[in-house]
Amino acid sequence: MTKVVAVTGNEAVANAFRQIEPDVCAAYPITPQTELMQRFASFVSNGQVKTELILVESEHSAISACVGAAAAGGRVATATSSQGLALMWEILFIASGLRLPIVMPVVNRALSAPINIHCDHSDAMGARDSGWIQLWSENAQEAYDNTIQAFRIAEHMDIRLPVMVCYDGFIISHSIERIEYLDDEVVKRFVGEYKTLYPLLDIDKPKSYGPLILTDLYMEVRKAHAEVYKNVPKVVLKVAKEFEKISGRKYGLFESYRLDDAEIGIVILNSAAGTTKDVIDEYRDKGVKVGLLKPRLFRPFPYEEIGNALKHLKAVSVLDRADAFGGSFGPLYLDIATSLCNFDEKPLLINRIYGLGGRDYMPEHAAEVIEELREITKKGKIKSFKEYIGVRE
Amino acid sequence: MMKWKEIPPGMVILEPGSALKFKTGSWRAFKPRWIKDNCINCLLCWLYCPDNAVKVKGGKRQDFDYDYCKGCGICALECPGKKGNKAIVMEEEVK
Repeated sequence: MTKVVAVTGNEAVANAFRQIEPDVCAAYPITPQTELMQRFASFVSNGQVKTELILVESEHSAISACVGAAAAGGRVATATSSQGLALMWEILFIASGLRLPIVMPVVNRALSAPINIHCDHSDAMGARDSGWIQLWSENAQEAYDNTIQAFRIAEHMDIRLPVMVCYDGFIISHSIERIEYLDDEVVKRFVGEYKTLYPLLDIDKPKSYGPLILTDLYMEVRKAHAEVYKNVPKVVLKVAKEFEKISGRKYGLFESYRLDDAEIGIVILNSAAGTTKDVIDEYRDKGVKVGLLKPRLFRPFPYEEIGNALKHLKAVSVLDRADAFGGSFGPLYLDIATSLCNFDEKPLLINRIYGLGGRDYMPEHAAEVIEELREITKKGKIKSFKEYIGVRE
Repeated sequence: MMKWKEIPPGMVILEPGSALKFKTGSWRAFKPRWIKDNCINCLLCWLYCPDNAVKVKGGKRQDFDYDYCKGCGICALECPGKKGNKAIVMEEEVK
């Protein structure tokens, strides 16, 4: 049983929160996340959910309160964007280091300076090494579905790690799309009762969180922690399989679009992938063998699976909606390059930066990218490894 | 020493009260000495001590717990003493 509605991305994710009913939410508003927590706050004040909503004074406090509540033994969620995520930075590592299954939708917005409220991926990319699992969503349906699955992934006893669900600010968060909601009962049953692990509120078994670990033990702690991430891909796939049973929608570690018999390919995240797929269809009609890979699980990055999916291509353009500031390649490009570097036969790889600060990514840009890939394959040479596209020269 | 496979998830410490095993008294540079004759049993030293290093039994002040006293000197500062004579003085820790 599903309900078809026309809602914004934020509203869809707020509804997912309502259906899941976390124990504690501590949040602070920031464009373009505001509407998400605002709607959820209405659910709380209307008595539709019994969540303890703490309206804190900053995002640093929001995530700190979430860490406390999660350690206490509650199911916890929050949401943020851009500078809010940046303000949470030090606590993100604490949340993952303490193995707290917090779920946090991140509505992707550009980092300052300069101040920009529109979509780019620099916020979540900046936090990619904080130890949080990252799921990326192309549209509102994926944002809703990923949020529901995020709780199951985070809370799995082999995982117990915090999860970020990323979706594009304004483009997805504020645009109205056709979505299918699952029934309240179905979602509740799928997510299930929260199972605690070492809750602080269980005072019959006293415990301490967050010890000081010095040179004699820190390395062992980190190794033990790194091992946990190896379990994530199979849990993500397992949860996706169960989700398929209740929704009919298939999810994996990434989406391959017309990639199997392709000669050239584009790797791209989130909403721009949707635009690109349309343009790929046009080119396919003309007989050009082009395909697309859209990562869904970005952290931990499935190097082996993605490397295998791309290695047969002649040329790949990796489109980044964030530039790792400081004279590096784009973050997605770096991981794609790593996934391919050890193969004897691998595609020519270029990095194109697009859509920063909400600059529109239009079908023409996708066409430009495909034309460039055809040129590279014909000549067998790359003119420029990294370029910005859609910039006024 | 723990091997990496023995680390509990999130490095949560499951043994309650394990801080007792770490004798912070070894950090002292100055050592407090209790002069019982000047003590009025006000228990201000016990109240202020950040390390719980002033022992009290049956409402009566006992001696310092030198296993954990770090020699911060707050007790000596706060002590009212008797007629201007403090019941606690700080002396250099002689090893």
